[in-house]
Amino acid sequence: MNEAPRDPSDETQNALAQLLMGIADDEFVIGFWDSEWTGIAPMLEEDVATSSISQDEIGHARALYELLAGLTGQDADAIAFGRAPEGYRHAALMNHPRTDWAFTIARRYLYETADAVRLEALSRSSYEPLAQLAAKMRREERYHLMHLDTWLRRLAADADAKARLASALRALWKDALAIFSPVPSEDLLVRGGELPEPMDSLRARWLEQVSAVLGDLGLPGPSPDDLAAGTEDGRTRRTDDFRWLHGEFTMVAASERGATW
Amino acid sequence: MVAAADPREAVVWAALDEIPDPEIPAISVVELGVIGGFAFERTTGGGERLTVDLLPTFVGCPAIDVMLEQVGERLRRLRLADEVAVRLTFAIPWTSDRISTEGREKLRASGFAPPGLSAIGAPSVPDGDLLNVVSVVNCPYCGSRNTTLENAFGPTLCRAIYHCADCRQPFEQFKAV
Repeated sequence: MNEAPRDPSDETQNALAQLLMGIADDEFVIGFWDSEWTGIAPMLEEDVATSSISQDEIGHARALYELLAGLTGQDADAIAFGRAPEGYRHAALMNHPRTDWAFTIARRYLYETADAVRLEALSRSSYEPLAQLAAKMRREERYHLMHLDTWLRRLAADADAKARLASALRALWKDALAIFSPVPSEDLLVRGGELPEPMDSLRARWLEQVSAVLGDLGLPGPSPDDLAAGTEDGRTRRTDDFRWLHGEFTMVAASERGATW
Repeated sequence: MVAAADPREAVVWAALDEIPDPEIPAISVVELGVIGGFAFERTTGGGERLTVDLLPTFVGCPAIDVMLEQVGERLRRLRLADEVAVRLTFAIPWTSDRISTEGREKLRASGFAPPGLSAIGAPSVPDGDLLNVVSVVNCPYCGSRNTTLENAFGPTLCRAIYHCADCRQPFEQFKAV
């Protein structure tokens, strides 16, 4: 898992590390947010499903942190639990708390569909350890997509739920677009094939797919303002909600740094 | 690498076949298909190392560490090489098609529906095909196809929950990935 990339320049290696950190942090943080539903999801079956999906995401984050650790020579746990809130690079979409069920489904639908487009591209990466991991993750993520598609349609079929879903989507679109914020020195990664396509082109493909589904269900796509908003700080903006979650998920690690069990 | 005729290979496979899957102990790690392969290699110090590739079923499977430990521990007891190294790899993706025929029969006998063969196939298959695939599962108790998916997410990452309308039994399926 921790193979070194094929003799990349330091700058390319740094850009690759930034790309990996962003994806790993996305999976890690959304995994922790949604794990909050464990025990209190709308019904027992969903309790199991949400918990299982969250466990998948945190597992994916772990594998990505291991790849990153192999590049930078750090320890994967130290990357996951040792940074201050401002050091995380997840998209702004993951700054929001879980809120109500419709909000959770709206966020996860936007995330899963974007992640699917991103993973498809990464499975063609010239950085083989990443291409292999992305191909493996895609097989698992299909179940997430199927599950979220089911929930989206179910909520859209009920007037009250649909209104909540629509309002959550309107609140989230701008921050969801930040999933495809350009990575620093992205041109190097695109040239080397580590990132086979620019984030802009992935974003366009995702928007086309998702807008069609939401449009059919009478749910809102991004507003012109959402689309015009800059995404430069899309992976560096942090909120008090995230600072709170960070306190929760680093609590055990912070109680005894470097402990093993 | 050693020649195919190395008698130690059969010994290693037999030892690995004694290690049960930590979450579904009815089948071994060999029957589960998580052993990608192994090789005897010369170390720089002049000794010999037995290196085993372990393929995780699910990336986030919490049983991975237990499997790594058990495989290493079992093979060290064989004393066939100076060192034993077990490494995780995604170079060969584990898919549910890797579960052997014997493994599938043992799953069924212990109340688990085995995953469909070539269920999802190459990642080029459109995602929409998944719904058709997961809906065709035979009941491990009565063999009926009159079953429905209750939850694609079960008690562990690799298990889904179904219900048989004929014998009215809930049952678990080893998920097709």
